Amino acid sequence: MGATPDIALIEEIVRQRLDEILPQKLEEKLAEMKANKTPSMTIIATKGTLDWAYPPFILASTAAALGWNVAIFFTFYGLQLLRKDISGLKISPLGNPGMPMKMPFGPDWFKGINWNIPNLVQAGIPGFESFATTLMQQTIKNNGVADISELRSLCLEAGVNMIGCQMTVDLFGFTHEDFIPEVKEYCGAASFLPMAQEADVTLFV
Amino acid sequence: MNFDKELDARGLNCPLPILRAKKALTDMQSGQVLRIVSTDVGSVKDFQAFCKQTGNELLSQQEGNNEFTFFLKRK
Repeated sequence: MGATPDIALIEEIVRQRLDEILPQKLEEKLAEMKANKTPSMTIIATKGTLDWAYPPFILASTAAALGWNVAIFFTFYGLQLLRKDISGLKISPLGNPGMPMKMPFGPDWFKGINWNIPNLVQAGIPGFESFATTLMQQTIKNNGVADISELRSLCLEAGVNMIGCQMTVDLFGFTHEDFIPEVKEYCGAASFLPMAQEADVTLFV
Repeated sequence: MNFDKELDARGLNCPLPILRAKKALTDMQSGQVLRIVSTDVGSVKDFQAFCKQTGNELLSQQEGNNEFTFFLKRK
């Protein structure tokens, strides 16, 4: 026997052994990396009404409670959610066929009625949005759902990073003084995207 | 079951029971037990998921009189 066949044999044995070990090692390593990684989430908040204020703040506060790193990028009407006082956020049932119009008071049969008010009527009554907002706020209270200011405070307390979109701040004529001081960063899409790229979960609300 | 701290989450809705529980656990020592009472039906699955994700142990959960009682052992 010469040296050449031996080398071929050794190579074959090494290859076989590596095929056996590598998948297992890789799995172990990946599991270890997954266990050591803090999950992260970025949310783009684009809506400025009372109803749409809930999803970003609920998801952000819950993720923070689960130990995740969370950042919310507020852009366009979402900037309303960063204003110092958000108790004036409103809801509009106009052109929103998905919104049940129910009364938050009275006997159960009355609360169960879905008031089908035509768009034309809604649009024609002055103060209809304010009226609908008052009813919504009462419904929120009745159901033990968090007040939106409270939910935002809980997010801030839990270390959720709130970022303002500078372009829309300028577009709508806001200044940084209009917003809560906890907003440390104002930036644009180019700064947000790399953050979203690294995140495990990215949501557009 | 013995417990070190109690959280009354009755009348609160998602995600408040979880947020309050998280806050309560933060002030506790490892191994201590938190008792939580809630009325939110969704909180049953939420507390299971919360414990699985955070590594705190869900010792038990009971249901009665439209109330849910959870015992959580802090990690």
